Amino acid sequence: MTPGAPALLAAATIPDALTFAVAAVICVAGALGVVLMRNPVHAALSLVMTLFGIAVLFVEENAEFLAAIQVIVYTGAIVVLFLFVIMLLGVDQKERVIADVFRGQRLVAVGIGLLVLAEVVLFSRTRWVTGARSVTGRLEGPGSNVAKLGRAVFTAYLVPFEVTSALLVLAVVGAVVLARRPSRTEPRWRSEPRPGPETGTPAGDGSAGGEAAGEAPAAGDAGDPRKEPEEVGSP
Amino acid sequence: MSVHASWYLTLAAVLFSIGVVGLLVRRNVIVMFMCVELMLNAANLTFVTFARALDDVGGQVAVFFVLVVAAAEVVVGLGIIVAIYRRRVGATADDAHILKG
Repeated sequence: MTPGAPALLAAATIPDALTFAVAAVICVAGALGVVLMRNPVHAALSLVMTLFGIAVLFVEENAEFLAAIQVIVYTGAIVVLFLFVIMLLGVDQKERVIADVFRGQRLVAVGIGLLVLAEVVLFSRTRWVTGARSVTGRLEGPGSNVAKLGRAVFTAYLVPFEVTSALLVLAVVGAVVLARRPSRTEPRWRSEPRPGPETGTPAGDGSAGGEAAGEAPAAGDAGDPRKEPEEVGSP
Repeated sequence: MSVHASWYLTLAAVLFSIGVVGLLVRRNVIVMFMCVELMLNAANLTFVTFARALDDVGGQVAVFFVLVVAAAEVVVGLGIIVAIYRRRVGATADDAHILKG
């Protein structure tokens, strides 16, 4: 049904084929980096690499607007959000792998991955274009990519577009609810042993103040002698 | 003439499979999220490829919506991770085993 692979690649012009090859290598290398890197920060940076390669492929496929959005939204917002959470939580330590949940989990995972790959490749190589052409509108022809996309979004896809706005509002509300500090009445079990430490805190403060006062003369030699009497006087 | 669509689809399949394996192998929840993003991007690549092959705007509009859904998903997912982190130290998927019924 389909011609051989070398013939397909040979049909492309040299710059197109070269661009595709380089971007594909970048994508796959980044994807492997996401899976194989131990440090989550490195994994996030590998993800940036993959997303950028995909943006290049978008340009190659005449989807200029989506390429710009890919760079702005994905690498500009989503990956930064990932990095923000990684840094906020301090997750960037090594992943501690206690044990597989069941024996040979990794092997099974790789096997499933190969199965998915074989399945999708099989479908993509044999039945790759089915369906009607140009149902919602032509992609080629005169006019810019952005104009066609905008026209489609605001005419044929208006209802999904509005639903999308509802989804965004829901996501914002959900994020606020999830990330909110728990209300003060909720963790009652946690507040029970609090009187013990609280009675202990003045002594702790006093000792800490003593330490600070002891340290202050040594630091006072370097500078700021004015601060010293205040700290001694406060406890 | 541009590169044939089947090459793009094959590349998307490879990316999707790497994402699947990563999701199954890794224990760190944030990295698992990144693997989900990888799979979403493979699907996006497929959408754009079909949009070109069938000369239809719908594929590119679908990518648009996938982007929005991915952004919303990341926001809520990271919120959940932060909420889990507040209760216990550890972001591996096994640390959330108390969720089992």
